[in-house]
Amino acid sequence: MKQTPSQTVGPYFAYGLSPEQYLYDFKQLVGNQLVNPIDEPNVITITGKVFDGEGVVIPDAMIEVWQNDGQQQLFGRFGTGTDPQNRFVFHTKKPASVNGQAPHLSIIVFMRGQLIHSYTRLYFPDEAELNATDEVLNVVPEERRSTLIAQKTPSGYEFDIWMQGEKETVFFDI
Amino acid sequence: MFVLYKLYFDLSKIIFHLPATFVAFFKQTFSQSLHNMSTIIYNRFDEEVHPPRLSPDYKSTVLRAPTKPLIVVKQSLSESTGPLFGDFNLGPLDHDLTKNSVVNGQPLGERIVVHGRVVNENGQPIPNTLIEIWQANSAGRYVHKVDQHDAPLDPNFLGAGRCMTDKDGNYKFYTIKPGAYPWGNHYNAWRPNHIHFSLFGANITNRLVTQMYFPGDPLLQYDPIFLGVPPKGRDLLISQFDLSVTEPHFALGYRFDFVLRGHNQTPFENS
Repeated sequence: MKQTPSQTVGPYFAYGLSPEQYLYDFKQLVGNQLVNPIDEPNVITITGKVFDGEGVVIPDAMIEVWQNDGQQQLFGRFGTGTDPQNRFVFHTKKPASVNGQAPHLSIIVFMRGQLIHSYTRLYFPDEAELNATDEVLNVVPEERRSTLIAQKTPSGYEFDIWMQGEKETVFFDI
Repeated sequence: MFVLYKLYFDLSKIIFHLPATFVAFFKQTFSQSLHNMSTIIYNRFDEEVHPPRLSPDYKSTVLRAPTKPLIVVKQSLSESTGPLFGDFNLGPLDHDLTKNSVVNGQPLGERIVVHGRVVNENGQPIPNTLIEIWQANSAGRYVHKVDQHDAPLDPNFLGAGRCMTDKDGNYKFYTIKPGAYPWGNHYNAWRPNHIHFSLFGANITNRLVTQMYFPGDPLLQYDPIFLGVPPKGRDLLISQFDLSVTEPHFALGYRFDFVLRGHNQTPFENS
């Protein structure tokens, strides 16, 4: 049996996949609050922008986040079309380390202009020791590893995704 | 192995349903089954059928497709698991787009039934997995605010729906056949009639977003999104007219099956 081929999510996914975020009158199953409530001290906010090959911020990407540290299984989805700066924003908890891997989030990137989605990972800047020995990070050429490590901000972390160019984010074949 | 595979689905579903006091017990069994699953390696995307990242005739890929080779990752807990959605979250009309956003009458257009089965490459059905769909109305207009095509909106049609597959991997939607619409890719470019589908499957390696097309559509041969798929994969995106689910005096039936990425073990290998 052959796999069903992928096709682009296109520009009009919002009312089907993230209707409440985009203010459509249809209940949404998944949003950007992976934990509830979000005002607890250990909740972190992750923000980022998605850039195209000319460095222009992409306003119609859809980002999904998956994290499973064996204790908590969390999933979120957010489109870049509603934030004034076209950022994605997620509220979550930092995952624990599993089997010696550095804590990380799995990120899936969808957008018009991608016939098939892209997988990447977000790692944390305050985990230098575990990052140094992480199996996945170590497969990535050293000069590109920084594309997978978020920046610390006062309220959490910032993680920009570059589709192309010098700073092109590392994408994985998982 | 088959039992463990089933256990993985069933237990993880239970975890999301149960009060916290029961969760600890099940978690132990859950991680046990995950541990046993660790010998399963999920297949990669099959390049014979999936579109390449860069497909210049579809112009938006030029500045948005990653250019550097993908880095192969050894699958870990992050990849061997994924979100699971309990069906208690779904509304009773979520699967029926002809009814789920009615304001003052029935939506206009040709009613259709779209059904099929979700399996993996090993032929195993994928039960209890979420399918989400969205589409244009019968005039070829999306509800999305960005869509400025000069065709009428239908006050009784949103064009979004979802359902869970049943225990055998079957799904069924009622909707209106979507219209073709123009887009800006090149002069006189028109998208063929299509319905967008989003599927989760067993874990995040199974994630699939795709489009279902209709048999005999003359626009397919001109559509760079459809033609972005290698020739071997194209027929897999075209639904089949299905008289067996066509409902007399009500709606035409179409069948569209999904095959998600499989894995290196068959159900009976260890038995």
